[in-house]
Amino acid sequence: MSSRTFALGGYGPRRRSAWDRLTARDSIVWRMDWVILLSGVALAVIGSLLVYSATRNRTELNQGDPQYFLVRHVISLGIGFALMIGTVWLGHRRLRSAVPVLYGITVLLAVCVLTPLGATINGSRAWLNLGAGFTVQPAEFIKITVILGMAMLLAAKVDAGDREHPDHRTVLHALGLAALPIAIILLMPDLGSVMVLVIIVLAVLLASGASNRWVIGLCLAGAGGAVLVWTLGLLDEYQINRFAAFANPALDPAGVGYNTNQARIAIGSGGLTGKGLFDGTQTTGQFVPEQQTDFVFTVAGEELGFVGGGLILVLLGILIWRACRIARESTELYSTIVAAGVIAWFAFQAFENIGMTLGIMPVAGLPLPFVSYGGTSMFAVWIAVGLLQSIRTQRPIAA
Amino acid sequence: MTNIPETGRSSRVTIRLVAIQILVLSLLLTLGGRLWYLQIRNGDEYQKQAKGNHVQQVVQPATRGSILDARGVPIADNEARLVVSASRTELMKQDDDGKAVLERLAKVLGMSPKTVREKVRLCDADTSQPCWNGSPYQPIPITDDAKPQQALQIRERSEDFPGITAEPEAVRRYPAPYGANTAQALGYLSPVTDEEIEKAKDTDSPFLPSDEVGRNGLERSYDSELRGSSGVTRYEVDNLGRVMGEAESDKARPGSSLITSIDARVQAVAEKQLDQAMKEARKKFDKNTGRNYKADAGAVVVMENKTGRVVSMASNPEYDPNAWVGGISGKEYAKLTGKKSNYPLLNRAVQGLAAPGSIFKVISTTAAVNAGYPFNGRYDCSPSFKIGGQVFKNFESEGHGSINLGRALEVSCDTVFYRLAYKEWKKDGGNLPKKGAKDWFYKTAHQFGLGEKTGIDIPNEVEGRVPDRKWKKNYWEANKDAWCKQADNAKGRPSYAERIAKENCVSGMKMRAGDSVNYSIGQGDTLVTPIQMATIYAALSNGGTLYDPTLGKAVVSGDGKSVKEIKPQSHGKLPLGKKTLKQMDKALQGVATHGTAAWRFGEAGWPQDKIKMRAKTGTAEVAGKQTTSWLATYTDDFTIVMTISQGGTGSGASGPAVRKIYDAMYGVGEDGGIDKKKALLPKPEAKLPKISKDGTIVAKRDKRRGRDASASPSASPSASPTGSSPSASPPGETPRARGEAEAVRNEGERQQRRRDGAQQARATRVLAGGQRP
Repeated sequence: MSSRTFALGGYGPRRRSAWDRLTARDSIVWRMDWVILLSGVALAVIGSLLVYSATRNRTELNQGDPQYFLVRHVISLGIGFALMIGTVWLGHRRLRSAVPVLYGITVLLAVCVLTPLGATINGSRAWLNLGAGFTVQPAEFIKITVILGMAMLLAAKVDAGDREHPDHRTVLHALGLAALPIAIILLMPDLGSVMVLVIIVLAVLLASGASNRWVIGLCLAGAGGAVLVWTLGLLDEYQINRFAAFANPALDPAGVGYNTNQARIAIGSGGLTGKGLFDGTQTTGQFVPEQQTDFVFTVAGEELGFVGGGLILVLLGILIWRACRIARESTELYSTIVAAGVIAWFAFQAFENIGMTLGIMPVAGLPLPFVSYGGTSMFAVWIAVGLLQSIRTQRPIAA
Repeated sequence: MTNIPETGRSSRVTIRLVAIQILVLSLLLTLGGRLWYLQIRNGDEYQKQAKGNHVQQVVQPATRGSILDARGVPIADNEARLVVSASRTELMKQDDDGKAVLERLAKVLGMSPKTVREKVRLCDADTSQPCWNGSPYQPIPITDDAKPQQALQIRERSEDFPGITAEPEAVRRYPAPYGANTAQALGYLSPVTDEEIEKAKDTDSPFLPSDEVGRNGLERSYDSELRGSSGVTRYEVDNLGRVMGEAESDKARPGSSLITSIDARVQAVAEKQLDQAMKEARKKFDKNTGRNYKADAGAVVVMENKTGRVVSMASNPEYDPNAWVGGISGKEYAKLTGKKSNYPLLNRAVQGLAAPGSIFKVISTTAAVNAGYPFNGRYDCSPSFKIGGQVFKNFESEGHGSINLGRALEVSCDTVFYRLAYKEWKKDGGNLPKKGAKDWFYKTAHQFGLGEKTGIDIPNEVEGRVPDRKWKKNYWEANKDAWCKQADNAKGRPSYAERIAKENCVSGMKMRAGDSVNYSIGQGDTLVTPIQMATIYAALSNGGTLYDPTLGKAVVSGDGKSVKEIKPQSHGKLPLGKKTLKQMDKALQGVATHGTAAWRFGEAGWPQDKIKMRAKTGTAEVAGKQTTSWLATYTDDFTIVMTISQGGTGSGASGPAVRKIYDAMYGVGEDGGIDKKKALLPKPEAKLPKISKDGTIVAKRDKRRGRDASASPSASPSASPTGSSPSASPPGETPRARGEAEAVRNEGERQQRRRDGAQQARATRVLAGGQRP
């Protein structure tokens, strides 16, 4: 089993041409989950069109070049794709040993965001300025390193066959590992990412087989934390307003409720088949802010209608369904936990993102996986797909 | 899965993984459901909102079309004025609800702050005029009469006047050419209300919040033609209101102009003469009531016989239609709708109801002929006529011996018609009516169009009533409870009113002999409008066609390309043979030459040989009030019907005025000579005024040079005691000549008292006892 896997790295005993190796019945290409890949690609293609539609008129953003965002989006997509291939090539197991280093780097990057190196966009200091107009959002990478780090800790003894379930000490360590970056991100504050991370932690604990007490305790802690944040007034006014607008959709449609109201109008007016790509009045009129990133789903809703919006949901559903299969069929707890973390991440982030455009979730600054404009998010998502593929390809074939 | 080595995987993990999978997919299902709800369930609503979002409408109001007289002289048009308006929405945004701004505005405009405040408050159940009745989102006009420097002040200090605008706007104007204000026939405009906007939303002519709507008269009945349609340019805008493109635009289509059959000059004369006649009547003493005639209201209609077109329609008391322009003030509104002013908004020509008196006799004559009584038969015109114990007298108990029906019309002999009506009443079964009673006198009235609207093209026409059996029955059913209660409550010796109540309670549904007899001479419960009588007399002249009276003659589109003529339409034919019509016509000529109206026409220098005049006088009684004066006349081309409420006799009160209108129309001088140059309208205006290529309508030049000036509004009716219109009477009329006219009239009044078919002495209500023969 391992010799085959390592063949990709060139350590195999038999020398075959690269093409032969890729096309062989037992090659990685054959064993890869093509459904996940194609669903992701389909979402990315749709996303590119939506991003283009949302930005070609925004002269104040695109610097007069209608393709400005599209080009950058496609470049990011290419990089993301490369990162996915790289991840598959390295394999999640080999990454396992690099996790402490990766974790350290991402946490360090997150800390840097809080320093003057960070850039504030939309009230959140969540971006790191790399110069030359490039920014990176460390929170996106932290989602990966928290998943990998916790999986590493929680699965170590179980995969070694020492225990059936992680012991309390291990769980405590794992939670500590997650708590540090969550705290940093909370300071930014990037509530959306915090929410996703909390859900990831929850899913990781569930998948690790940790005692129910931990799961329930974490839920209670999360709820308590939310109450604490609210009562202590740690939230900025805009964040409170988002909740207020969510609680009362009719609230101040020109002010606080503007975003959600316009988003709902955009989606609702799409009807069954939409107004046609590039023909959405809400979109061309730029009534929905942040439409290429957090509110990209409104473009789909308006221009492609229920058919287009539904297609995105179906593609996401297929992707997550396949990811669940990978998690269930994985033989190692480490792989299972990683897959479960990715599933929770994709699912919750998609639900929160689309949910807020539909008015069933409060607004939080989160991109829609695979679809939204945003380099870091794209990289992280495709790395995660790489992880899933790696788990899939490196599991033993039925004997 | 069973063949996968189970390393490090507990069942707990598997179960939890399945749970995660279910949870995740249910989240996605939730999203799908919500998506369906927004896009499919509520898609239409959001589509509407999206449209409202990105489409901005810029409205160019359409200019309202003019209303012109038959010669093209505007009687309602527009002028540019500086309008200062306040936006309520803007004012309400201010801390003090705009109080300070309005105060400053009042100072600049030289108005009292209270007036300004009243103008911008909204009308509701507790707020009466003055208040704003239009849409609260529409700018409310404070004044349409701002001076340029006032407007300039407001504009330059716009920071002091948030929500206040000063813009030139086209404002309705009623120029009253020749002094003809034509108020009631024209009607008036007022701002459209929110309900109306909502109601007309999906029709062909939706309203804009800034629209004014015709509320009465021609302004209302031709509103959709006159209003045109506002131009709307819909711009697609982005979130900052920047225009991205023009979505669609409808060009403003100016309103069509309405050419009416009104001749402003004749209208001016008619208004003036009506007013003058009423003033004269107020100087006369009424023997029956022991005080001067009140002459509280009056109307005159001049109609073309062969088309039913209305040349002139005046109603008194009058008002200035310009009072409505730019929002009416509280004081003016109270004046226009108050009892004290006797409701000048009413158009008495179509809304005024009165018993017709003897001008009804043309109907009774027709009824008699159709019932089989020959026109030239001999009928006893005895001084009085008895039914049972009750005596019905002729006017001043005068007898004329045995006469034919024509003569009965000439001298307005009541007893002839009493007898015929009584005979017919008995034939129909008397108090025990037969099945299929002929009811000739009632049937004929219906055939003449009474009890029904004439269909004139202005609103609020009333139908009047023919007090036939059906009406009696309905009326009794509606009132019997009250009558019977009143009769039952009577204690001891019943009073007069209680006896009447008892009578009505028991047999109020029955057509009594007295009712029928009274009815035959146009008294009692019959109610007619001047326009109905004009239609009838015009029909007598034109061979029997009852035309729907019209004021509108043609609708000319704003560009002048489409001219839609309004063709005369008829709503019936008089039930009269040619021979009878001729006989009747001759008899009515007799009225003018040697009958009850002779002292106004034949004996007063009317050139009967050149212009054949027919007339019928009437003096109708109204319970508890003074008599109504009626005069119905016609020549070959025109019919004039005048009535004055509480004005006295037909020829006495209305005679001189009607004569003066004819004089002006035909150019008849004091001596009876006809000066064609002075004639305003000797023949009906057959042609429409010239419409030039750009759509403007050119007013016909007045051939009588120099006459127009003298007919200007400044010549008030009271300036001349004879009330002759300046355009009608020769400028050289001397005080002596006027004095003569006065003398003639006084003499005539006495004669007329004997001649006119007034049944002054007769009680209005006849009591029981004598009722049952």
